[in-house]
This record gives sequence, C-alpha cells and structure tokens, in this order.
Amino acid sequence: MPQIEVRGLAKTFRVAERLPGLAGAFRGLFHRRMRDVHALGGVDFDIERGELVGYIGPNGAGKSTTIKILAGILNPTAGTCRVDGLTPWRDRRRHVARIGVVFGQRTQLWWDLPVIESFDLLRDIYRIPAEAYRDNRDRLIALMDLEPLLDVPVRQLSLGQRMRSDLAAALLHGPSLLFLDEPTIGLDAVSKLAIRDFVRELNRERQVTVLLTTHDMDDIEALCERVMVIGNGRILVDGSVDGLRRRVRNERVLVVDYDSAGEAGTVDAGGDGVRLIERDASRVRIAFDPDRLPAATLIGRLLAQGTPKDLFIEHPPIEQTVAELYAEHDMRER
Amino acid sequence: MNSAALLYRYLSISLRGQLQYRASFLMAALGNLLNCVIELAGIWVLFDRFGNLSGWSFAEVAFFCGAVNATYAIGELMATGFDQFGTLYVKTGDFDRLLLRPRSTVLQLAGHELSLRRLGRLLPGLVIVIAAWAALDLPLEADRLALLAFAMAGGVAFFFALMVLQATMCFWTTESLELMNILTYGGVETASYPLPIYHRLFRRFFTFVVPLACIGYFPIVAVLGVDDPLGTSRMFQVAAPLAGFAFFGVAIGVWQLGVRRYTSTGS
Repeated sequence: MPQIEVRGLAKTFRVAERLPGLAGAFRGLFHRRMRDVHALGGVDFDIERGELVGYIGPNGAGKSTTIKILAGILNPTAGTCRVDGLTPWRDRRRHVARIGVVFGQRTQLWWDLPVIESFDLLRDIYRIPAEAYRDNRDRLIALMDLEPLLDVPVRQLSLGQRMRSDLAAALLHGPSLLFLDEPTIGLDAVSKLAIRDFVRELNRERQVTVLLTTHDMDDIEALCERVMVIGNGRILVDGSVDGLRRRVRNERVLVVDYDSAGEAGTVDAGGDGVRLIERDASRVRIAFDPDRLPAATLIGRLLAQGTPKDLFIEHPPIEQTVAELYAEHDMRER
Repeated sequence: MNSAALLYRYLSISLRGQLQYRASFLMAALGNLLNCVIELAGIWVLFDRFGNLSGWSFAEVAFFCGAVNATYAIGELMATGFDQFGTLYVKTGDFDRLLLRPRSTVLQLAGHELSLRRLGRLLPGLVIVIAAWAALDLPLEADRLALLAFAMAGGVAFFFALMVLQATMCFWTTESLELMNILTYGGVETASYPLPIYHRLFRRFFTFVVPLACIGYFPIVAVLGVDDPLGTSRMFQVAAPLAGFAFFGVAIGVWQLGVRRYTSTGS
C-alpha cells in the first residue's frame, strides 16, 4: 500500500475581492464581494514508501496548499488523503508526530533559543525516548556539521546554518516521511550542496520518504527520480525526470571542441532534424533528437570530417523544459 | 513527557529569556505595580470622602480589590500567549508551526511566555489582601483560606478563558481586539467593588453571562463571613467559583471552533 494516497483532493478558498483605492476600501467595509479561488482542483497521486518525489509548479499553482493539507494543517474542500493510514487533518496530532516538515521560508525553531535547547525542547514536545533522542541528535549534528552552532541563538544563524538546523530539528523524532517546502531557497551554492547531499543520504540510507517542492531545477535533477508538475491546481505531469524532458522535447545537444579553428568552421552535421545552435572559433553545438538520429551516427558523421579534441552530450536544462511545459498549459503566476 | 512537565519546561525557558532583559522587566513590573497602587488610592479617596460604600467598609472593598487584582495577574501571567496571539501567531502565520507539533495548541500557547512583569500586579494585590485580612480581624482559619484559594483558582480560570476568547476572535479579525479589554481590565475594575452597588442588569450579566461575580464577590462574601445583602446562601457562595471553571470549558470549546476555521481558511 502506498504511504501517501491522494484522491480527488480539492481546495477552494473564498476571498473578499478588494476594490481599488481608498473609496473602494471603505465600500469593502460594508459590502464584500466574495470570489472563489480554486487552489486545487482534484489532485490524485500515490507516493510509495522510500520515494523521493519532486513537486514543482509556478507560484500559486497549489504546491503549498497540497503540502499544508498533507501535513494536516489545512482541510481540503473535497477529496481524500491517507498518509500511513491516517487522514492528516482529522488525526492531526497523531499524524504530525510521525512526519517532519521544513519550510524554507520560515523556521520551525525558537528564535531566541540556542540550537541545542530548541532540540531539547523538541525532544519533550515529541516525547522522544532518551536513547533514541541521543542517537538521532548526535548523528544529525555530525551529518549537518552543527557542533559549532549548538550554543548560538537561532536568530543569529545565517540562512544556510538555520536551514541545516531546521532540517536536523525536523528529523529528531525519526519521521518516516519528510515534507520539504523550498529548502534551498536563498541558499549559497555550498549550503545547497550540503542540503542535497543530506537529503539524498537520508532517503537512500534511512528510506525516509521525501516530498520536495522547489523552484531550483538543480534540486530536482540532483535528487529526484520522479517529478510531479502542478499547474492551475492540477497535476500536469507525473513521472520520471527523463520522461518530463521527453514529453516536452526530446532533444540533446552535442558539444564538439576542436584544436584548430578551421575545423570548427567547416564542419557540417547533415540532416535528420539536426540543428546547429552555435559555432565559434573552436566549438560547435549541435541539437539532435536521438530517436531520429542516434548519437553514434551523428558522431560518426563528425569524425568523418575531422578529429575533435573533445565531445560531450548535454541535456537541455530542465528549466527550459519546465518553462515550455508551463507555456504549453498557459500557466501564469496568479 | 506529560503536559504539566512540558509546560514547566516552556515556562522556565521563557523566564530565563526575560531575566536577560532585566531593565525592561523591572520597568514593566514597576508600571504594573503603580497601576495597582493608584487604583487602591482611588478607592481610598472615595472612602475618605464618603466614609463607607452602601455599608461596606474600606477594608472590605480593599479585600475585593486586592483579591481580583491578584487573581487577574495570575491569569494574565499564564495566558500571555493568548493575549498576544493575533500579532504573534495569526498575522505572521506562525500558528502553522504550533499545528505542526503533536501537542494541544492551548498547551503550546500557555507555554508561550510566563510574563514576569505581571508580578507587578500580583504582589501588591496579595499585600492588599493580607493587610485587609488583618484590618478586618478575620480569624486565620483553614476553610477561609481554602475558599479564598478556590475562588482565586476559579478566577484564574475565568480570566484565562477571557484571554482565550480574545485570541479566538483573531481567527476572524487577525488583530487582537481591544474589545475584550472591556471585560478584562473593566472586569478587574468592576470586581474591585461589591456587587450590590451595581444595577440589577449588570449584576445578572456578571453572574450568569460572564461569571465575574462568581469568582469575586460571592465567594469573598463567604470568606469575609458577612451576610450577602443580595440574599444568596452560603452554599451558593462557596460553590460559585465552579462557574469560573465552566466558563473556561466553554472558552476552550469556542477556541476549537476557531482552530477549525483557521485550518479550513488557511489564514
């Protein structure tokens, strides 16, 4: 049985329409026009134990709404959802004891408390047995390199340090399911890598199921085998990262470097849907569809014309793929 | 870890935090203390002019005043998280954080802060009660003390409940409403005087709707050992503080409705 089972999940918010200007604001005091906003319009998916799933979509597409419902802090308007046999918003307290949640935009720690005291308080809140707590805490401190930060109040931490502490804090009680909402937002490259390594290790070694929302496609490429794309409150694509690429455009780029400028200037890649994207003194970049023209054939053609110093194949950046997908579904930020 | 122990942990952390800002704590406590002293001085001026208040002596009224101030101070001390709920939790969305933890929201908010500056109202309140007790020559009997303690416990539940209701309204209004101050500060002021001096409608309101008199006037009449000009029985006076606990129960029920609204609107 899947660990998360979501069927027909829908959420409609009623919001008061704001009229423009001061006069409008006054009118709004007495007469409100309400408008329905469909944040989720019937979402279905399953997530198996031990999966690491990326959940992407433009702002306002329904990512946070989904996470909040799965975490048990928001009731849906319609639909069902079972997480480890519980309905999150009905069994909220039992449910949240088993999951970990990290919001990149907002800390779960106590602003004024040193990190280690936040951890101790969480031990009491989650009723973590002393031994399990000690093991988990020490392991997380070592993995996230938190030792030098333990006595620092949370408000004095840098964003990267805070995120590492937040991640550790969310795992002290040993949850089997982790929701990460934009965990790398605003982080520098080193911190991003540390977070990614940690999440990967957690998923592989400890079989923790992870649902990850992000705008950083490098997160997705580095971590996820499966990705769900949501737009306008519906799941548009649910499958492998490769599948997502193929779905939009099945294209690779062959990059060829030459020693002498002359060779790069004269090379001709031929037909079969091949496009020459770029050509400068010593490098050419050629786009091709491996289903129409196998990479080996293309390389063979080039080798017949000269001797490249180096050649390699690039995936198109997934940002581009996703942007095309959004465009295809006419999704805009709302 | 059980709830009481967790509450203790929360509160000891809060205390340590406040003691770091000593000057701020001392100033705020001093302000509260002056407030209480001025209130009592006002009553004294009244008595200096008129001698008594419908037959109630200064010491008796001071007893009411001291008891309600001390009670309110303890309630406020414990409910600081609810008092500041709108600004600190609803407006910022931080209430989500409480919902993500496997503990009751009421417990987590009660543990938000043990606001030490409220001691500025508690200490003079207690001093006034002790002084009035001496001035009235009341015998120091266990049942009197127990009844006073019971009345104050009911009173703490009552004022705590008012704070919970005030916080609940934030689910609809976002900001804390000053409206509830009519019942909190106004309630303290009202309960500083004996109930019979008020209009009948007021007396009904503060007995049956918002049971302020049940945790102030009625049990204290029994503690003072005087007859109630309103003609209530000793039995009723002694049992009256239960209304404070019942009021607390109602407030928690209303709170749960508010939480349900929050979790369906997400704001």
